[in-house]
Amino acid sequence: MTASRLLERLLQTLPVLFGVSLIVFLMITLTPGDPVEIMLADSRATPEQAAQLRADLGLDRPLPQRFLVFLGNALTGDFGISFFHRRPVRDVIAERLPATIELTLAAILLAIAVAIPLGVIAAVKRDTWLDRALTALSLFGVSLPGFWFGLLLILLFAVQLGVFPVGGRTDFDLEVARVTGFLLIDSVIAGRPDAFLAALRHLALPAITLGLPTAALLTRVVRSAMAEVLTSDYVLFAEAKGLSRRRVLLRHALKNALIPVVTVAAIETGSLLGGNMIVETVFGWPGLGRLVVESIFARNYPLVQAAVLLYAVTYVMLNFTADLLYTALNPKVRL
Amino acid sequence: MDLDIAAGEALGVVGESGSGKSVTFLSVLGLLRPPGRIEAGEILFDGRDLRRVSRAELRALRGRHMALAMQDALSALNPAFTIGQQLIETLEAHGLAANTREQAAAALSRVGIPSAAERLDDYPHQFSGGMRQRAMIAISLAARPRLLVADEPTTALDVTLRAQVLDLLDELREQDGLALALITHDLAVVAERCPRVMVMYAGQVVESGPTAQVVARPLHPYTRGLLESLPRLEDPDRPLHPIPGQVPDLARLDGGCRFRNRCSMAISACAGPTPLADLGGGRASRCLRAAEVSP
Repeated sequence: MTASRLLERLLQTLPVLFGVSLIVFLMITLTPGDPVEIMLADSRATPEQAAQLRADLGLDRPLPQRFLVFLGNALTGDFGISFFHRRPVRDVIAERLPATIELTLAAILLAIAVAIPLGVIAAVKRDTWLDRALTALSLFGVSLPGFWFGLLLILLFAVQLGVFPVGGRTDFDLEVARVTGFLLIDSVIAGRPDAFLAALRHLALPAITLGLPTAALLTRVVRSAMAEVLTSDYVLFAEAKGLSRRRVLLRHALKNALIPVVTVAAIETGSLLGGNMIVETVFGWPGLGRLVVESIFARNYPLVQAAVLLYAVTYVMLNFTADLLYTALNPKVRL
Repeated sequence: MDLDIAAGEALGVVGESGSGKSVTFLSVLGLLRPPGRIEAGEILFDGRDLRRVSRAELRALRGRHMALAMQDALSALNPAFTIGQQLIETLEAHGLAANTREQAAAALSRVGIPSAAERLDDYPHQFSGGMRQRAMIAISLAARPRLLVADEPTTALDVTLRAQVLDLLDELREQDGLALALITHDLAVVAERCPRVMVMYAGQVVESGPTAQVVARPLHPYTRGLLESLPRLEDPDRPLHPIPGQVPDLARLDGGCRFRNRCSMAISACAGPTPLADLGGGRASRCLRAAEVSP
């Protein structure tokens, strides 16, 4: 992909992001309930004072103007003050985001690590009992509700066997200095293998719970892509050249089969980032998902607004990344 | 089915789609895909039965001593790797890689690809159709095999390119003593290039012999039908006669002649066994009325 094509593709994301921010803005603005009334509900403010507050907050200005102000602030990373925390939304989110990213990355890496070998095996052993068993298993994995599976894991591994902790990100006596916010990285920086291990143990069950449906989905994608590639002429030709079975499968076939897998994996990462509220709640994981759930209940609109926008931007960017990876794997797309 | 090819020889294998040409030769290379399998028989290469050697030994022979060229280079070459990578890995797989880039460039220029060294890093889609076909043949021949199974290697090409590729194969046959099995549905190509021909129908060899004789005086109605359906340059007004009917369902065959439902010469005895009979002079036919085919 040339630089100009790259730029063009990047510019294509702008209308999407504009649309999303408009929807987010309207969603909050058009929600019933006047924020000023809510804020002044318990005080005995005069109508003049209420009008003053409305003017201070910019709520007396026309909608298009308010949208432009919102957009301008959003571009500079200013999403206002979180009512609940009485601190800038940006800071609150920045504090919680690393936990969510850490969990999401762990889940998607786990899913990929499981899906590629299983999918390849299923495709190679196509239509055997092993293939059917894996297909059934992945159907089961896709349809398993996360909250139920999470609770099951807690019951078995945390409560009964006690091998993994029940929840949270680490043990309270093993906290390390916050540098990046990613506990695994921070404990390496602090030179604390015990903290690293504790963080890893806390990460295990939520990552498995979050990653399982994705692993199942990706297994099916790998299987079907691989099965198709295995019937191709170039696989036959590679075999005719006398290459080892391993090389034919893992190089010639897999590289082509991974093209659709990469796209699905990148989009799934976006879904996991924005769809981990349940898992974070079940495991008491102090991430963005739980923060958003809490904020919705507390009518903490600025934070919800910022989070939705963040999810949208991430999703769009991951799709963009998927395109880039697609290009890297598929020379034909290079222009 | 009984066939043999000697070094430097070109055997034409003719038949319509679904006649079993490709399957026969894929099984020679041990590349038959499930559910296909070899029921019985032996495949001798240099006196060794390929059905008895281990998978690893077969793999060592494939690409090294016997190679495959396919119909459509665009689908036969892996789109995700460069021509150079695909060529070099064949050399590496057979322990022939020394100064690989030079070897690879030499292999490409041998098939007439200009500025070969620079084109090694191109991907298949960056080659033109004719170049791609040559590049694929170069990859097949990289390890200098002694047998090349060319499965419709020119069908996807236009007339000029077709001649170029066929010339190339002739050249390699003469220079390197390459044994060539040219699988095609085009009897004209075989008549021009292959001293010996084998005509297949519905999974069986129905006729074989020296090409010139087979073309001049076919001994099986199917071969005659194939010849009559070809236009001839010297007699453009001659009416073409397509063969009526279709190839029978191979899953439902009886013991009789497989061509008899489309044959104008069929008699009641054709429902019985029709072995491939040696008719002398290197010719063989499955037709019970072979002598009457070309009066």
